[in-house]
Amino acid sequence: MNAPDAAALVRLEGAGKRFDNGTVALAGLDLALRRGEFLSILGPSGCGKTTVLRLIAGLAQPSAGRVAWAEPAGRDGRDALGFVFQEPTLLPWRTARGNVALPLILAGVARTEARARAETALAAVGLEGAGHLFARQLSGGMRMRVSIARALVTRPALLLMDEPFAALDEITRERLNADLLRLWREQALTVAFVTHSVYESVFLSMRVVVMARAPGRVAEEITIAAPYPRTESFRAGADYAAACRQVSAALRRAMGEEA
Amino acid sequence: MKAGLRLAAPPAILGLAALLLWQGAVRLFRVPDYILPGPVAIAATLWRDGGTLFASLLVTLAVALAALAAAIIGGAGLAILFAQSKWLERALFPYAVVLQVTPVIAIAPLILIYVRSTEAALLICASIVAFFPVLASTTLGLNSADHNMLDLMALYRARRWQVLWYLRLPAALPHFLAGARIAGGLALIGAVVAEFAAGTAAGGSGLAWRILESSYRLDLPRMYAALFLLSLAGVVIFAMLSLVSWLLLHRWHDSAARREP
Ligand SMILES: Nc1ncnc2c1ncn2[C@@H]1O[C@H](COP(=O)(O)OP(=O)(O)OP(=O)(O)O)[C@@H](O)[C@H]1O
Ligand SMILES: [Mg+2]
Repeated sequence: MNAPDAAALVRLEGAGKRFDNGTVALAGLDLALRRGEFLSILGPSGCGKTTVLRLIAGLAQPSAGRVAWAEPAGRDGRDALGFVFQEPTLLPWRTARGNVALPLILAGVARTEARARAETALAAVGLEGAGHLFARQLSGGMRMRVSIARALVTRPALLLMDEPFAALDEITRERLNADLLRLWREQALTVAFVTHSVYESVFLSMRVVVMARAPGRVAEEITIAAPYPRTESFRAGADYAAACRQVSAALRRAMGEEA
Repeated sequence: MKAGLRLAAPPAILGLAALLLWQGAVRLFRVPDYILPGPVAIAATLWRDGGTLFASLLVTLAVALAALAAAIIGGAGLAILFAQSKWLERALFPYAVVLQVTPVIAIAPLILIYVRSTEAALLICASIVAFFPVLASTTLGLNSADHNMLDLMALYRARRWQVLWYLRLPAALPHFLAGARIAGGLALIGAVVAEFAAGTAAGGSGLAWRILESSYRLDLPRMYAALFLLSLAGVVIFAMLSLVSWLLLHRWHDSAARREP
Protein backbone atom coordinates (compact mmCIF):
# COMPACT_ATOMS: atom_id res chain seq x y z
CA MET A 1 0.00 0.00 0.00
CA ASN A 2 2.85 2.31 0.82
CA ALA A 3 5.14 1.03 -1.88
CA PRO A 4 6.84 4.21 -2.99
CA ASP A 5 6.55 4.42 -6.72
CA ALA A 6 9.43 6.02 -8.50
CA ALA A 7 7.43 9.11 -9.36
CA ALA A 8 8.25 11.91 -6.96
CA LEU A 9 5.36 13.75 -5.39
CA VAL A 10 7.45 16.87 -5.09
CA ARG A 11 11.10 17.60 -5.69
CA LEU A 12 13.49 20.37 -4.73
CA GLU A 13 15.78 21.02 -7.69
CA GLY A 14 18.98 22.88 -6.93
CA ALA A 15 17.10 24.74 -4.26
CA GLY A 16 18.87 27.60 -2.54
CA LYS A 17 17.65 29.93 0.14
CA ARG A 18 19.32 33.17 1.02
CA PHE A 19 17.64 35.33 3.63
CA ASP A 20 17.43 39.11 3.50
CA ASN A 21 20.12 39.43 6.14
CA GLY A 22 22.56 37.55 3.90
CA THR A 23 22.37 34.17 5.65
CA VAL A 24 22.63 31.36 3.11
CA ALA A 25 20.50 28.63 4.65
CA LEU A 26 20.48 26.25 1.67
CA ALA A 27 22.50 25.92 -1.49
CA GLY A 28 22.09 23.54 -4.42
CA LEU A 29 19.84 21.17 -2.54
CA ASP A 30 18.28 18.28 -4.45
CA LEU A 31 15.65 16.24 -2.71
CA ALA A 32 12.77 14.18 -4.07
CA LEU A 33 9.83 13.09 -1.95
CA ARG A 34 8.51 9.84 -3.36
CA ARG A 35 4.83 9.19 -3.27
CA GLY A 36 3.87 7.13 -0.23
CA GLU A 37 7.25 7.12 1.47
CA PHE A 38 8.16 7.99 5.04
CA LEU A 39 11.24 10.20 4.88
CA SER A 40 13.17 11.55 7.83
CA ILE A 41 15.46 14.55 7.66
CA LEU A 42 18.29 14.63 10.17
CA GLY A 43 21.06 17.13 10.63
CA PRO A 44 22.85 19.51 12.96
CA SER A 45 20.99 22.48 14.34
CA GLY A 46 20.77 25.33 11.87
CA CYS A 47 21.46 23.20 8.78
CA GLY A 48 18.17 24.30 7.19
CA LYS A 49 15.76 21.45 7.94
CA THR A 50 12.93 23.79 8.83
CA THR A 51 13.72 25.86 5.78
CA VAL A 52 13.38 22.77 3.55
CA LEU A 53 9.90 22.08 4.93
CA ARG A 54 8.90 25.71 4.57
CA LEU A 55 10.00 25.72 0.94
CA ILE A 56 7.95 22.61 0.21
CA ALA A 57 4.95 24.09 2.01
CA GLY A 58 5.21 27.32 0.06
CA LEU A 59 5.65 29.32 3.27
CA ALA A 60 8.96 30.55 1.86
CA GLN A 61 10.16 30.95 -1.71
CA PRO A 62 13.50 29.54 -2.90
CA SER A 63 16.00 32.19 -3.93
CA ALA A 64 17.55 29.71 -6.37
CA GLY A 65 16.33 26.53 -8.04
CA ARG A 66 12.72 25.44 -7.79
CA VAL A 67 10.10 23.35 -6.04
CA ALA A 68 8.42 21.08 -8.57
CA TRP A 69 5.16 19.28 -7.91
CA ALA A 70 4.26 16.17 -9.88
CA GLU A 71 0.70 17.31 -10.35
CA PRO A 72 -1.45 20.22 -9.29
CA ALA A 73 -2.77 20.12 -5.72
CA GLY A 74 -6.15 18.64 -4.97
CA ARG A 75 -6.27 16.30 -7.99
CA ASP A 76 -7.53 13.25 -6.12
CA GLY A 77 -9.88 15.10 -3.79
CA ARG A 78 -7.16 15.66 -1.24
CA ASP A 79 -5.56 18.88 -0.28
CA ALA A 80 -1.89 18.95 -1.01
CA LEU A 81 -0.37 19.12 2.42
CA GLY A 82 -0.59 19.30 6.16
CA PHE A 83 2.09 20.87 8.36
CA VAL A 84 2.85 20.00 11.96
CA PHE A 85 4.98 22.70 13.55
CA GLN A 86 7.49 22.12 16.31
CA GLU A 87 5.06 23.87 18.68
CA PRO A 88 1.48 22.61 18.69
CA THR A 89 0.40 26.12 17.57
CA LEU A 90 -3.18 25.78 18.74
CA LEU A 91 -5.38 28.85 18.88
CA PRO A 92 -6.02 29.15 22.63
CA TRP A 93 -9.49 30.65 22.21
CA ARG A 94 -10.76 27.70 20.21
CA THR A 95 -11.52 24.27 21.59
CA ALA A 96 -9.60 21.24 20.35
CA ARG A 97 -12.45 20.55 17.94
CA GLY A 98 -12.50 24.20 16.86
CA ASN A 99 -8.79 24.08 16.17
CA VAL A 100 -9.01 20.90 14.12
CA ALA A 101 -11.98 22.25 12.16
CA LEU A 102 -10.20 25.52 11.36
CA PRO A 103 -8.55 24.49 8.06
CA LEU A 104 -11.94 23.31 6.80
CA ILE A 105 -13.71 26.47 7.93
CA LEU A 106 -11.04 28.58 6.21
CA ALA A 107 -11.72 26.59 3.05
CA GLY A 108 -15.43 27.37 3.31
CA VAL A 109 -16.69 23.95 4.45
CA ALA A 110 -20.04 24.23 6.25
CA ARG A 111 -19.76 24.37 10.03
CA THR A 112 -21.65 21.16 10.82
CA GLU A 113 -19.63 19.16 8.32
CA ALA A 114 -16.39 20.73 9.55
CA ARG A 115 -17.26 19.74 13.13
CA ALA A 116 -18.08 16.19 12.15
CA ARG A 117 -14.86 15.78 10.19
CA ALA A 118 -12.92 17.33 13.08
CA GLU A 119 -14.40 14.72 15.42
CA THR A 120 -13.33 11.97 13.05
CA ALA A 121 -9.80 13.37 12.86
CA LEU A 122 -9.64 13.66 16.65
CA ALA A 123 -10.76 10.07 16.99
CA ALA A 124 -8.03 9.00 14.56
CA VAL A 125 -5.39 10.40 16.90
CA GLY A 126 -7.03 8.86 19.96
CA LEU A 127 -8.72 11.97 21.29
CA GLU A 128 -12.41 11.13 21.05
CA GLY A 129 -14.33 12.95 23.75
CA ALA A 130 -11.70 15.65 24.24
CA GLY A 131 -13.03 17.94 21.53
CA HIS A 132 -14.59 20.43 23.93
CA LEU A 133 -11.35 21.14 25.83
CA PHE A 134 -9.29 24.27 25.37
CA ALA A 135 -5.55 24.11 24.71
CA ARG A 136 -4.65 25.01 28.29
CA GLN A 137 -6.65 22.04 29.54
CA LEU A 138 -4.62 19.58 27.46
CA SER A 139 -1.29 17.91 28.24
CA GLY A 140 1.68 18.44 25.94
CA GLY A 141 1.14 15.09 24.23
CA MET A 142 -2.57 15.77 23.75
CA ARG A 143 -1.82 19.17 22.23
CA MET A 144 0.52 17.54 19.74
CA ARG A 145 -2.18 15.02 18.86
CA VAL A 146 -4.63 17.86 18.24
CA SER A 147 -2.03 19.51 16.03
CA ILE A 148 -1.63 16.27 14.05
CA ALA A 149 -5.41 15.88 13.77
CA ARG A 150 -5.60 19.40 12.37
CA ALA A 151 -2.92 18.59 9.80
CA LEU A 152 -4.82 15.46 8.76
CA VAL A 153 -8.34 16.88 8.66
CA THR A 154 -8.03 18.15 5.10
CA ARG A 155 -6.96 14.65 4.00
CA PRO A 156 -3.57 15.79 2.72
CA ALA A 157 -1.43 13.73 0.38
CA LEU A 158 1.71 15.02 2.07
CA LEU A 159 2.37 15.55 5.74
CA LEU A 160 5.30 17.77 6.76
CA MET A 161 6.39 17.48 10.38
CA ASP A 162 9.01 19.68 12.04
CA GLU A 163 10.39 17.99 15.16
CA PRO A 164 6.86 17.43 16.39
CA PHE A 165 7.75 15.26 19.39
CA ALA A 166 10.93 17.00 20.53
CA ALA A 167 9.36 18.37 23.70
CA LEU A 168 7.71 15.12 24.82
CA ASP A 169 8.85 12.44 27.22
CA GLU A 170 10.25 9.21 25.81
CA ILE A 171 7.17 7.04 26.47
CA THR A 172 4.70 9.53 24.99
CA ARG A 173 7.02 9.95 22.06
CA GLU A 174 7.18 6.21 21.34
CA ARG A 175 3.41 5.95 21.55
CA LEU A 176 2.96 8.85 19.16
CA ASN A 177 5.53 7.32 16.81
CA ALA A 178 3.50 4.12 16.65
CA ASP A 179 0.29 6.09 16.10
CA LEU A 180 1.95 8.09 13.36
CA LEU A 181 3.05 4.96 11.50
CA ARG A 182 -0.50 3.59 11.75
CA LEU A 183 -1.96 6.83 10.33
CA TRP A 184 0.63 6.87 7.57
CA ARG A 185 -0.42 3.38 6.50
CA GLU A 186 -4.16 3.88 6.94
CA GLN A 187 -4.31 7.16 5.09
CA ALA A 188 -1.67 6.37 2.46
CA LEU A 189 0.27 9.49 3.37
CA THR A 190 3.63 10.72 2.21
CA VAL A 191 5.53 12.00 5.24
CA ALA A 192 8.58 14.24 5.53
CA PHE A 193 9.66 14.17 9.15
CA VAL A 194 12.34 16.40 10.65
CA THR A 195 13.91 15.14 13.85
CA HIS A 196 17.03 15.34 15.96
CA SER A 197 16.66 11.78 17.15
CA VAL A 198 18.56 9.06 15.29
CA TYR A 199 16.40 6.38 16.96
CA GLU A 200 13.16 8.05 15.97
CA SER A 201 14.28 8.43 12.38
CA VAL A 202 15.30 4.78 12.11
CA PHE A 203 12.14 3.48 13.73
CA LEU A 204 9.86 5.52 11.51
CA SER A 205 11.33 5.91 8.09
CA MET A 206 12.06 4.14 4.85
CA ARG A 207 14.75 6.64 4.04
CA VAL A 208 16.85 8.97 6.18
CA VAL A 209 18.36 12.08 4.63
CA VAL A 210 21.26 13.52 6.58
CA MET A 211 21.99 17.18 5.96
CA ALA A 212 25.19 19.15 6.53
CA ARG A 213 25.31 22.85 7.25
CA ALA A 214 26.85 26.08 6.03
CA PRO A 215 25.36 26.01 3.51
CA GLY A 216 22.60 23.49 4.08
CA ARG A 217 22.71 20.56 1.67
CA VAL A 218 22.08 16.84 1.52
CA ALA A 219 25.16 15.00 2.80
CA GLU A 220 24.05 11.36 2.85
CA GLU A 221 21.05 9.22 2.30
CA ILE A 222 20.37 5.93 4.08
CA THR A 223 17.67 3.43 3.26
CA ILE A 224 16.13 1.56 6.18
CA ALA A 225 15.10 -1.72 4.63
CA ALA A 226 13.14 -3.21 7.55
CA PRO A 227 9.56 -4.06 6.56
CA TYR A 228 6.41 -2.49 7.96
CA PRO A 229 4.46 -2.75 10.19
CA ARG A 230 7.24 -1.96 12.61
CA THR A 231 6.40 -2.67 16.21
CA GLU A 232 8.20 -2.49 19.52
CA SER A 233 9.92 -5.77 18.74
CA PHE A 234 11.68 -4.03 15.84
CA ARG A 235 13.34 -1.75 18.38
CA ALA A 236 14.81 -4.78 20.12
CA GLY A 237 16.24 -6.36 16.97
CA ALA A 238 19.73 -6.37 15.49
CA ASP A 239 18.62 -4.67 12.26
CA TYR A 240 17.46 -1.68 14.26
CA ALA A 241 20.73 -1.40 16.18
CA ALA A 242 22.77 -1.66 12.99
CA ALA A 243 20.71 0.98 11.23
CA CYS A 244 21.01 3.32 14.22
CA ARG A 245 24.81 2.92 14.17
CA GLN A 246 24.86 3.62 10.45
CA VAL A 247 22.74 6.77 10.66
CA SER A 248 24.64 7.93 13.70
CA ALA A 249 27.94 7.60 11.85
CA ALA A 250 26.56 9.50 8.86
CA LEU A 251 25.38 12.28 11.15
CA ARG A 252 28.80 12.47 12.77
CA ARG A 253 30.43 12.71 9.37
CA ALA A 254 28.01 15.46 8.34
CA MET A 255 28.78 17.42 11.48
CA GLY A 256 32.51 16.86 11.14
CA GLU A 257 32.52 18.23 7.61
CA GLU A 258 31.93 21.75 8.71
CA ALA A 259 34.99 22.01 10.97
CA MET B 1 -17.14 32.20 48.88
CA LYS B 2 -14.47 31.76 51.51
CA ALA B 3 -11.83 33.00 49.07
CA GLY B 4 -13.98 36.08 48.38
CA LEU B 5 -14.20 36.79 52.10
CA ARG B 6 -10.46 36.41 52.47
CA LEU B 7 -9.99 38.86 49.62
CA ALA B 8 -12.49 41.43 50.91
CA ALA B 9 -11.66 41.29 54.60
CA PRO B 10 -8.28 43.13 54.73
CA PRO B 11 -9.35 46.26 52.83
CA ALA B 12 -12.68 46.33 54.69
CA ILE B 13 -11.01 46.13 58.09
CA LEU B 14 -8.41 48.73 57.14
CA GLY B 15 -11.08 51.08 55.75
CA LEU B 16 -13.26 50.75 58.83
CA ALA B 17 -10.31 51.41 61.13
CA ALA B 18 -9.33 54.51 59.14
CA LEU B 19 -12.89 55.85 59.27
CA LEU B 20 -13.06 55.31 63.06
CA LEU B 21 -9.71 56.99 63.52
CA TRP B 22 -10.77 59.88 61.32
CA GLN B 23 -14.05 60.39 63.16
CA GLY B 24 -12.31 60.05 66.54
CA ALA B 25 -9.65 62.63 65.65
CA VAL B 26 -12.20 65.13 64.33
CA ARG B 27 -14.24 64.70 67.53
CA LEU B 28 -11.26 64.83 69.89
CA PHE B 29 -9.66 67.93 68.41
CA ARG B 30 -12.99 69.62 67.68
CA VAL B 31 -12.04 70.26 64.03
CA PRO B 32 -14.72 72.44 62.45
CA ASP B 33 -16.60 71.08 59.40
CA TYR B 34 -15.25 73.80 57.07
CA ILE B 35 -11.73 72.49 57.65
CA LEU B 36 -12.19 68.75 57.88
CA PRO B 37 -15.60 67.15 58.26
CA GLY B 38 -15.78 63.70 59.84
CA PRO B 39 -17.26 60.68 58.09
CA VAL B 40 -20.49 61.04 60.05
CA ALA B 41 -21.01 64.61 58.87
CA ILE B 42 -20.25 63.54 55.29
CA ALA B 43 -22.68 60.64 55.52
CA ALA B 44 -25.33 62.97 56.90
CA THR B 45 -24.84 65.35 53.97
CA LEU B 46 -24.98 62.43 51.59
CA TRP B 47 -28.28 61.39 53.16
CA ARG B 48 -29.77 64.89 53.17
CA ASP B 49 -28.46 66.00 49.80
CA GLY B 50 -28.40 62.59 48.18
CA GLY B 51 -31.13 63.36 45.62
CA THR B 52 -29.35 66.31 44.06
CA LEU B 53 -25.93 64.73 44.22
CA PHE B 54 -27.12 61.47 42.73
CA ALA B 55 -28.88 63.26 39.88
CA SER B 56 -25.60 65.09 39.20
CA LEU B 57 -23.71 61.83 39.37
CA LEU B 58 -25.95 60.42 36.65
CA VAL B 59 -25.21 63.41 34.43
CA THR B 60 -21.44 62.96 34.81
CA LEU B 61 -21.72 59.22 34.49
CA ALA B 62 -23.70 59.58 31.26
CA VAL B 63 -20.89 61.71 29.78
CA ALA B 64 -18.22 59.28 31.00
CA LEU B 65 -19.98 56.18 29.65
CA ALA B 66 -20.75 57.80 26.31
CA ALA B 67 -17.11 58.86 26.08
CA LEU B 68 -16.00 55.33 26.95
CA ALA B 69 -18.21 53.92 24.21
CA ALA B 70 -16.87 56.45 21.72
CA ALA B 71 -13.29 55.69 22.80
CA ILE B 72 -13.81 51.95 22.44
CA ILE B 73 -15.44 52.19 19.03
CA GLY B 74 -13.01 54.83 17.79
CA GLY B 75 -9.88 53.31 19.31
CA ALA B 76 -10.58 49.74 18.29
CA GLY B 77 -11.85 50.83 14.88
CA LEU B 78 -8.73 52.87 14.19
CA ALA B 79 -6.52 50.02 15.42
CA ILE B 80 -8.22 47.63 12.98
CA LEU B 81 -7.71 50.18 10.22
CA PHE B 82 -4.02 50.41 11.18
CA ALA B 83 -3.78 46.64 10.95
CA GLN B 84 -4.94 46.87 7.34
CA SER B 85 -2.45 49.53 6.32
CA LYS B 86 0.99 50.01 7.87
CA TRP B 87 1.22 53.24 5.93
CA LEU B 88 -1.87 54.62 7.60
CA GLU B 89 -0.57 53.53 10.98
CA ARG B 90 2.75 55.26 10.44
CA ALA B 91 0.99 58.39 9.20
CA LEU B 92 -1.62 58.70 11.93
CA PHE B 93 -0.13 57.19 15.07
CA PRO B 94 2.15 60.16 15.90
CA TYR B 95 -0.86 62.47 15.90
CA ALA B 96 -2.72 60.14 18.23
CA VAL B 97 0.28 60.41 20.54
CA VAL B 98 0.24 64.23 20.29
CA LEU B 99 -3.44 64.20 21.19
CA GLN B 100 -2.67 61.95 24.13
CA VAL B 101 0.23 63.94 25.58
CA THR B 102 -1.49 67.34 25.32
CA PRO B 103 -3.31 67.88 28.63
CA VAL B 104 -7.04 67.81 28.02
CA ILE B 105 -7.54 70.64 30.51
CA ALA B 106 -5.61 72.84 28.07
CA ILE B 107 -7.64 71.80 25.03
CA ALA B 108 -11.00 71.94 26.77
CA PRO B 109 -11.50 75.72 26.60
CA LEU B 110 -10.91 75.65 22.83
CA ILE B 111 -13.33 72.80 22.34
CA LEU B 112 -15.89 74.63 24.47
CA ILE B 113 -15.56 77.64 22.20
CA TYR B 114 -15.80 75.72 18.93
CA VAL B 115 -18.53 73.28 19.87
CA ARG B 116 -21.87 74.91 20.41
CA SER B 117 -23.43 72.22 22.58
CA THR B 118 -21.71 71.98 25.95
CA GLU B 119 -22.70 68.36 26.32
CA ALA B 120 -21.03 67.50 23.03
CA ALA B 121 -17.94 69.44 24.11
CA LEU B 122 -17.73 67.50 27.37
CA LEU B 123 -18.13 64.26 25.47
CA ILE B 124 -15.35 65.16 23.04
CA CYS B 125 -12.97 66.09 25.86
CA ALA B 126 -13.61 62.89 27.79
CA SER B 127 -13.31 60.77 24.63
CA ILE B 128 -9.95 62.30 23.78
CA VAL B 129 -8.59 61.24 27.16
CA ALA B 130 -10.07 57.74 27.05
CA PHE B 131 -9.32 56.89 23.46
CA PHE B 132 -5.57 56.44 23.43
CA PRO B 133 -5.19 53.40 25.70
CA VAL B 134 -7.77 51.54 23.63
CA LEU B 135 -5.98 52.44 20.40
CA ALA B 136 -2.49 51.64 21.70
CA SER B 137 -3.33 48.33 23.34
CA THR B 138 -5.55 47.09 20.51
CA THR B 139 -2.85 47.98 17.97
CA LEU B 140 -0.32 46.03 20.02
CA GLY B 141 -2.76 43.13 20.33
CA LEU B 142 -3.49 42.96 16.60
CA ASN B 143 0.24 42.81 15.89
CA SER B 144 0.93 40.23 18.59
CA ALA B 145 -0.38 37.21 16.70
CA ASP B 146 2.12 34.35 16.89
CA HIS B 147 4.28 33.84 13.78
CA ASN B 148 3.55 30.14 13.59
CA MET B 149 -0.15 30.90 13.67
CA LEU B 150 0.27 33.37 10.83
CA ASP B 151 2.12 30.62 8.94
CA LEU B 152 -0.77 28.30 9.66
CA MET B 153 -3.18 30.83 8.15
CA ALA B 154 -0.92 31.24 5.12
CA LEU B 155 -0.70 27.46 4.72
CA TYR B 156 -4.48 27.19 4.45
CA ARG B 157 -4.61 30.21 2.18
CA ALA B 158 -6.72 32.24 4.58
CA ARG B 159 -8.02 35.47 3.15
CA ARG B 160 -7.19 38.78 4.76
CA TRP B 161 -10.51 39.06 6.55
CA GLN B 162 -10.20 35.46 7.74
CA VAL B 163 -6.80 36.16 9.27
CA LEU B 164 -8.33 39.19 10.97
CA TRP B 165 -11.45 37.38 12.17
CA TYR B 166 -10.02 34.03 13.18
CA LEU B 167 -6.58 35.10 14.39
CA ARG B 168 -5.80 38.77 14.88
CA LEU B 169 -9.00 39.90 16.59
CA PRO B 170 -9.14 37.08 19.16
CA ALA B 171 -5.41 37.47 19.80
CA ALA B 172 -5.99 41.18 20.39
CA LEU B 173 -8.95 40.68 22.73
CA PRO B 174 -7.02 40.50 26.04
CA HIS B 175 -4.99 43.58 25.11
CA PHE B 176 -8.10 45.43 23.99
CA LEU B 177 -9.91 44.63 27.24
CA ALA B 178 -6.95 45.79 29.32
CA GLY B 179 -7.00 49.04 27.36
CA ALA B 180 -10.76 49.40 27.83
CA ARG B 181 -10.35 48.99 31.57
CA ILE B 182 -7.87 51.86 31.70
CA ALA B 183 -10.10 53.89 29.39
CA GLY B 184 -13.04 53.44 31.78
CA GLY B 185 -11.20 55.27 34.55
CA LEU B 186 -9.87 57.90 32.16
CA ALA B 187 -13.31 58.61 30.71
CA LEU B 188 -14.56 59.53 34.17
CA ILE B 189 -11.51 61.71 34.79
CA GLY B 190 -11.98 63.33 31.39
CA ALA B 191 -15.65 64.03 32.06
CA VAL B 192 -14.90 65.65 35.43
CA VAL B 193 -11.98 67.70 34.10
CA ALA B 194 -14.06 68.95 31.20
CA GLU B 195 -16.87 69.89 33.56
CA PHE B 196 -14.44 71.86 35.66
CA ALA B 197 -13.21 73.65 32.56
CA ALA B 198 -16.76 74.37 31.47
CA GLY B 199 -17.68 75.73 34.90
CA THR B 200 -21.07 77.41 34.89
CA ALA B 201 -21.35 76.81 31.16
CA ALA B 202 -21.93 73.14 31.91
CA GLY B 203 -25.36 74.21 33.07
CA GLY B 204 -24.54 73.46 36.67
CA SER B 205 -25.69 69.89 36.49
CA GLY B 206 -22.73 67.50 36.72
CA LEU B 207 -20.99 66.27 39.83
CA ALA B 208 -17.88 68.34 39.15
CA TRP B 209 -20.03 71.42 39.15
CA ARG B 210 -21.47 70.36 42.52
CA ILE B 211 -17.94 70.20 43.88
CA LEU B 212 -17.12 73.67 42.53
CA GLU B 213 -20.38 75.07 43.86
CA SER B 214 -19.79 73.60 47.29
CA SER B 215 -16.24 74.91 47.37
CA TYR B 216 -17.48 78.46 46.74
CA ARG B 217 -19.69 78.02 49.82
CA LEU B 218 -16.94 76.31 51.78
CA ASP B 219 -19.36 73.41 52.21
CA LEU B 220 -16.71 70.77 52.73
CA PRO B 221 -19.01 67.92 53.80
CA ARG B 222 -20.80 68.24 50.47
CA MET B 223 -17.49 68.30 48.59
CA TYR B 224 -16.46 65.11 50.30
CA ALA B 225 -19.85 63.55 49.64
CA ALA B 226 -19.56 64.36 45.91
CA LEU B 227 -16.01 63.04 45.89
CA PHE B 228 -17.20 59.83 47.49
CA LEU B 229 -19.85 59.35 44.81
CA LEU B 230 -17.28 59.99 42.09
CA SER B 231 -14.86 57.36 43.33
CA LEU B 232 -17.74 54.96 43.83
CA ALA B 233 -18.70 55.51 40.17
CA GLY B 234 -15.09 54.92 39.12
CA VAL B 235 -14.93 51.68 41.06
CA VAL B 236 -18.23 50.49 39.60
CA ILE B 237 -17.04 51.21 36.03
CA PHE B 238 -13.81 49.36 36.69
CA ALA B 239 -15.65 46.41 38.23
CA MET B 240 -18.09 46.19 35.31
CA LEU B 241 -15.27 46.21 32.76
CA SER B 242 -13.36 43.61 34.77
CA LEU B 243 -16.46 41.43 34.79
CA VAL B 244 -16.87 41.75 31.02
CA SER B 245 -13.20 40.91 30.63
CA TRP B 246 -13.55 37.84 32.83
CA LEU B 247 -16.66 36.66 31.00
CA LEU B 248 -14.91 36.89 27.65
CA LEU B 249 -11.56 35.44 28.64
CA HIS B 250 -11.89 33.03 31.54
CA ARG B 251 -12.37 29.95 29.44
CA TRP B 252 -9.15 30.24 27.53
CA HIS B 253 -6.86 33.04 28.66
CA ASP B 254 -4.28 32.48 31.38
CA SER B 255 -4.76 35.94 32.89
CA ALA B 256 -8.41 35.20 33.70
CA ALA B 257 -8.23 31.48 34.37
CA ARG B 258 -8.47 30.21 37.95
CA ARG B 259 -5.20 28.69 39.07
CA GLU B 260 -5.50 25.26 40.56
CA PRO B 261 -4.57 25.42 44.23
N1 LIG C 1 13.89 34.33 8.71
C1 LIG C 1 15.22 34.12 8.74
N2 LIG C 1 16.05 35.14 8.51
C2 LIG C 1 17.40 34.95 8.51
N3 LIG C 1 17.99 33.77 8.73
C3 LIG C 1 17.22 32.71 8.95
C4 LIG C 1 15.78 32.83 8.99
N4 LIG C 1 15.27 31.61 9.24
C5 LIG C 1 16.33 30.79 9.38
N5 LIG C 1 17.49 31.43 9.20
C6 LIG C 1 18.85 30.84 9.24
O1 LIG C 1 18.87 29.80 8.32
C7 LIG C 1 19.60 28.70 8.82
C8 LIG C 1 18.76 27.45 8.78
O2 LIG C 1 17.65 27.62 9.64
P1 LIG C 1 16.61 26.46 9.92
O3 LIG C 1 15.63 26.98 10.88
O4 LIG C 1 16.10 25.94 8.63
O5 LIG C 1 17.54 25.37 10.61
P2 LIG C 1 17.12 23.96 11.26
O6 LIG C 1 17.93 22.93 10.59
O7 LIG C 1 15.65 23.81 11.24
O8 LIG C 1 17.64 24.15 12.75
P3 LIG C 1 17.06 23.50 14.09
O9 LIG C 1 17.44 22.07 14.06
O10 LIG C 1 17.78 24.25 15.17
O11 LIG C 1 15.57 23.74 14.08
C9 LIG C 1 20.05 29.08 10.22
O12 LIG C 1 21.39 29.50 10.15
C10 LIG C 1 19.17 30.23 10.58
O13 LIG C 1 19.86 31.14 11.39
MG1 LIG D 1 14.14 23.79 12.77
